[in-house]
Amino acid sequence: MRQLEGQIRIPSGCAISAVISRDGRRMTGEKIIESLKPMHDRSNGLGGGFAGYGIYPRYKDYYALHIFYNDDLCRTECESYLRTNFVIVQAEIIPVRKMPAITNEPLIYRYFAQPLPSMLMTWQLDEDDFVARAVMEINTHLEGSYVFSSGKNMGVFKAVGFPEDVGVYYKLDEYEAYSWTAHGRYPTNTPGWWGGAHPFSLLNYSIVHNGEISSYDANRRFIEMFGYKCTLQTDTEVIAYITDFLLRRQKLTLEETASTIAAPFWSTIERRPPEEREKLTYLRTIYSNLLITGPFSIIVGFEGGLMALNDRLKLRSMVVAEKDDKVLIASEEAAIRAMEPDAAHVYAPAGGEPVIVKVKDGAY
Amino acid sequence: MGINYIYPEFEVVRNDARCIRCRVCERQCSNQVHQYDKDLDLMISDESKCVNCKRCVSLCPTRALKVVKSDCLLRENANWSNDNINEVYKQAGSGGVLLSSMGNPKPFPVYWDKILINASQVTNPSIDPLREPMETKVFLGKKGSDIKHDENGKLITKLPPQLELSMPVMFSAMSYGSISYNAHESLARAATALGICYNTGEGGLHEDFYCYGPNTVVQVASGRFGVFKDYLEAGAAVEIKIGQGAKPGIGGHLPGTKIVGDISRTRMIPEGSDAISPAPHHDIYSIEDLRQLVFSLKEATEYKKPVIVKVAAVHNIAAIASGIARSGADIIAIDGYRGGTGAAPTRIRDNVGIPIELALASVDKRLRDEGIRNDVSLVVGGSIRSSSDVVKAIALGADACYIATAALLALGCHLCRTCHTGLCNWGIATQKPELVKRLNPDIGSERLINLMNAWRHEIKELMGGMGINSIEALRGNRLMLRGVGLNEKELEILGISHAGE
Repeated sequence: MRQLEGQIRIPSGCAISAVISRDGRRMTGEKIIESLKPMHDRSNGLGGGFAGYGIYPRYKDYYALHIFYNDDLCRTECESYLRTNFVIVQAEIIPVRKMPAITNEPLIYRYFAQPLPSMLMTWQLDEDDFVARAVMEINTHLEGSYVFSSGKNMGVFKAVGFPEDVGVYYKLDEYEAYSWTAHGRYPTNTPGWWGGAHPFSLLNYSIVHNGEISSYDANRRFIEMFGYKCTLQTDTEVIAYITDFLLRRQKLTLEETASTIAAPFWSTIERRPPEEREKLTYLRTIYSNLLITGPFSIIVGFEGGLMALNDRLKLRSMVVAEKDDKVLIASEEAAIRAMEPDAAHVYAPAGGEPVIVKVKDGAY
Repeated sequence: MGINYIYPEFEVVRNDARCIRCRVCERQCSNQVHQYDKDLDLMISDESKCVNCKRCVSLCPTRALKVVKSDCLLRENANWSNDNINEVYKQAGSGGVLLSSMGNPKPFPVYWDKILINASQVTNPSIDPLREPMETKVFLGKKGSDIKHDENGKLITKLPPQLELSMPVMFSAMSYGSISYNAHESLARAATALGICYNTGEGGLHEDFYCYGPNTVVQVASGRFGVFKDYLEAGAAVEIKIGQGAKPGIGGHLPGTKIVGDISRTRMIPEGSDAISPAPHHDIYSIEDLRQLVFSLKEATEYKKPVIVKVAAVHNIAAIASGIARSGADIIAIDGYRGGTGAAPTRIRDNVGIPIELALASVDKRLRDEGIRNDVSLVVGGSIRSSSDVVKAIALGADACYIATAALLALGCHLCRTCHTGLCNWGIATQKPELVKRLNPDIGSERLINLMNAWRHEIKELMGGMGINSIEALRGNRLMLRGVGLNEKELEILGISHAGE
């Protein structure tokens, strides 16, 4: 029998794109879907997905858990787990447009939920830690159930198929977000199920990624020391956990996180002013095993912003452009032009140089 | 004198047509194998004294000499090998414990040779080290795992003391006494030029070598020879030696005949007295005692230097290493059973301890399972023979490697395994001035530098092939390794897949 993704490691090539409004203006998903069309050949129909921020204003204080189920039996089991741990204010099937291009669907549900206060007491965890732990628990121990989105006022939508079809399938034209990221996947093997598609997400962080990192197992074995379980064996999954660990748990800034995972070369560090040198040396030393090598371009989505980052040799293409209050990022300029034909200030950020875009305070 | 039961192991073959009677062989052989017979105008050889160190072969100007294995063997027996029988003869004659030198030569599996390294094809690019930066620098020491910010949100960048190495290799412990002054000088100078470290062993630090302190690891072993304040402060790191791969569980013995002059002064013991290192440290009878010694040394060096704890790879090594990590050590050095020695009881060298590959894999895994891998660095030795062994060790989870036999080979050692006689013709494992001077530290250090530079190039090539441009992204990256011809259990312990998987 063919193995599913997670039982084997599948390398992938990819297309990524993103758009964010610095003024926090809401955009439907139509434009971001459009951006993937000129990059059609960067995907091979075996995975596509999106993340939208600001899409659930009505339930913005609740964790939006998006879950794939193999069948109703898995759903019953998982829902009983959820009921023991969470207050669920809304449970529903995620609405989709059936189409010939997307087949072999799992059951796709979403829940708006809060951890039970009694459970937080029992485990002595804060809300985020508790939710992260519950996600690990479901994804590693409840077979046939898979949480693929777990943030607040944001959501991930992904499937096996071409990304432009996936966007239509999930009716993204009906959602409004201040920030969208998107991904088209070119895996070498058939993933067998939908979990391995991007974005990969934990809590409010989502990652789309292009590349195959050569440091994967060094990163995985390190991050698993801190309670994460890499069930999919994909680069994106491990990058998402590293991001969560550094940003949320270690409270590093975005710049510091970028200097850890795409650390400058020692020769570059030596040329920096003393204070910066000390900081960079510190970050590269303490978390040396979180350095990511090999080609990657990633877009990290978080509440109120985006960060785009290339590996330090810039082994993957990535361009950035602006249009009014919008910043657009994509693997190819063509994708940006598909969204905004007269976008300006098009440039390719240097390897290891993070591009950080934040929405104005209070606008999200 | 009784009958000598043992026929010499080697045969000295001399091509008389080539021999010009220059008598170099005679002058060079400290074992007195060669002799000139004036009356016959003939060079004659007493092969019973030959250790096959190839000094005469290398220096013979006409290549008239070779030393070959004798074919005068006992009757073949798959159970009673020649070695088994000869050792019985020796012990029946002497009544003593058999002594040997250098690492375990028995045909146990060498796991390095059953592990293969990955390379990039299509899905990600390999990186050309001639065109792109390729980093081999490592920092050894406790890293911790909690980043802190001050009240203004500024990162607090204070780290525990680190040992910085330009590449993940150090010269392992060999004491002044077990090896010569010139050998030590070669190692110290090479380590300094290379930006790595050498290790004093437990013989103290000769006063001439304090200038190499920033590239020196000073060792504190059970005999405490040569240990005092200046010594501890001179080094870049302090190593507590609990055990050694070649002889786990036993101490050391440098005979009084070698405790002369400088050596006596450096070891701080009277001339002619035996330097006996007890089997255990007499202040460490349990793991909590180790913690006290670790912190005594940290106090003495004002917490400015990392403390290494070196242990031999023995059966329960994972639990031992985990205990050491929790005892405040910054670095754990593990020495496999194939590690070398200047002298060890043969039975111990050949039968005690476990392979470093398996020890490393299980220690790295245990420290990760316990969530304390970032609290300690791992250095492995015994025996690392090449740059590919280094790469495999790093990918299995080591931070750096210790090499000693390879370093001695670079200095001219021919692995004749008779260091314990003190008659080393290559000027390495001897204290006889006329032999020591044969090793020129200018040449010795240059050869060590060459060797390490060659390895560094090879390490970069191998890393580049894998698409990795920094050694830390290789550390513990076991997906880059595959086993060949290993059984399920071995693969499970090594934590790698079989080739083809």
